[in-house]
Amino acid sequence: MNTQALFAQLLVGLINGSFYALLSLGLAVIFGMLNIINFAHGALYMMGAFCAWFLLNVVGLNYWFALVFVPLIVGCVGMVIERTMLKRLQGLDHLYGLLLTFGLALVIQGVFQNYFGSSGLPYAIPSQLTGGQNLGFMFLPNYRAWVVVFSLIICLATWYGIEKTKLGSYLRAATENPQLVRAFGINVPRMITLTYGFGVALAALAGVLSAPINQVRPLMGADLIIVVFAVVVIGGMGSIMGSIVTGFLLGLLEGLTKYFYPEASNTVVFVVMAIVLLVKPNGLFGRT
Amino acid sequence: MKLQARTHAQTIAFVLMTGLLACVPMIGIYPYFVMQALCFALFAASFNLLIGYGGLPSFGHAMFLGTAGYASAHAAKVWGFPPEAAIILGTLAAAGAGVITGALAIRRQGIYFSMTTLAFAQMLYFFYLQTPFTHGEDGIQGVPQGIFLGLIDLSKVLNLYYVVLGIFLAGFVLIYRIIHSPFGEILNAIRENEPRAISLGYKTERYKLAAFVLSAGLAGLAGATKVIVAQNASLTDVHWTMSGEVVLMVLLGGLGTIYGPILGAFIIIAMQQYFAGFGQWVLVIQGLIFIACVLVFRRGIIGELAHALKIRL
Repeated sequence: MNTQALFAQLLVGLINGSFYALLSLGLAVIFGMLNIINFAHGALYMMGAFCAWFLLNVVGLNYWFALVFVPLIVGCVGMVIERTMLKRLQGLDHLYGLLLTFGLALVIQGVFQNYFGSSGLPYAIPSQLTGGQNLGFMFLPNYRAWVVVFSLIICLATWYGIEKTKLGSYLRAATENPQLVRAFGINVPRMITLTYGFGVALAALAGVLSAPINQVRPLMGADLIIVVFAVVVIGGMGSIMGSIVTGFLLGLLEGLTKYFYPEASNTVVFVVMAIVLLVKPNGLFGRT
Repeated sequence: MKLQARTHAQTIAFVLMTGLLACVPMIGIYPYFVMQALCFALFAASFNLLIGYGGLPSFGHAMFLGTAGYASAHAAKVWGFPPEAAIILGTLAAAGAGVITGALAIRRQGIYFSMTTLAFAQMLYFFYLQTPFTHGEDGIQGVPQGIFLGLIDLSKVLNLYYVVLGIFLAGFVLIYRIIHSPFGEILNAIRENEPRAISLGYKTERYKLAAFVLSAGLAGLAGATKVIVAQNASLTDVHWTMSGEVVLMVLLGGLGTIYGPILGAFIIIAMQQYFAGFGQWVLVIQGLIFIACVLVFRRGIIGELAHALKIRL
């Protein structure tokens, strides 16, 4: 057994897992407040990566600025989407939210494909994070280590913010019973807009993190979002921690599959989904 | 009396549609375009049976179109099946895929059902991308059209056109019969209020699965016929964009209306032909139509028309 290769694949798995976790976390947060499955999540993730590329190549702001500004910019785009479109779907069947955001994803992806084709744009690893560590059993590139650690921190911070703080308790209360929370004088519509913006910002952040690893491509989100949907079906959207754990675990599982049986690495997440549907139809962490 | 008037209106609409389609080759419309549109119309109608009448919002219906396409293309080209046998085999293959994915997917409801079907479709997409018999990116090309029932030479355009029209009409009538059968009424009841249907003693899971398999099989019929028309089966037919396209056709024409999906399919296919040279702008336009449908006319063209003219469908 080639341990070098095994650990390399596990690392790739962890990286993918970080993106799954960030994206499914955003989906879960949005679903909790808006009752909408955000199909545009992948397109907004792609927008995050492109936004970072623009900041670097057109404006001249480096990776670290992108890490702060891109989630803010794309988050604002998200809030505009929520205010102008998603808001009108309140009270309708969940299906319409899915259809609307699917349309949005087509528009965003189509526009980027027209201007950038389907090939990738390179984005250099920031100079502070080039190189890597030789751990003896494997070579660990610094940037990849940074992505895993930073994603984990963001995920845990989000979990803490929602489950343990006062603001988070408002959020959870508004998820359960928006009318009642409104009666206490909290501006629920604004909270909904901010929540959508936050979920989108998480996707954009994942896009920035991914830019130096995967190239910046118009379709980078489309391929990813369907796997993230499977992750969401497996984990169930009832629990924030559930989304994080499921995301990372499935990424690792994918890495393992890439090493032991590469032909199945694209499909393993879907197979797991089928098994979970058989054994525990509501998902591993599902409530209803 | 009212019911009778409605049946009359339906009969007139059906005769009009059939007459119009039968005249197509004589009035100088490009028959290949109409044949392609007819296949998509049947695909959309099969999808409408599931989402509009069964209330099951599948987001992976392309898997049945593509599965049937690959099965019949392989059967016709490699095994030398005559076209009718190839089409039947494709239809059965799609129905078989429907049994497996449907049994799993109906364990979740609503939005989760959509995500589950989408994920299964993506899984099949990767399978067809990797398995050798589909020839990956190239697809199965040069599928022979053959002699239908040993009598009709399908390489002649007119013959092919009327056979495709016949298959479409048969599928359409079957869907109409399903919707207006006791089975269709029970599906309707399940969609409106599943707990009540359960309390009335219906095994709703079985009805949902039956609807899913029927819809998958009919989508397969469309996919298999499409392969005989286009003479190739490719990955486009299993890609998620195709699943989205069929949702768009039904939504645009009118969800849960008999003629809506057919109108929607013709509009979308015509639009694709017209904008074929504009690259990815087609996707942008499709996306914008999606958004407009959801925000402005949720009943679709036929549904809004019927609403405006106060016709009950």
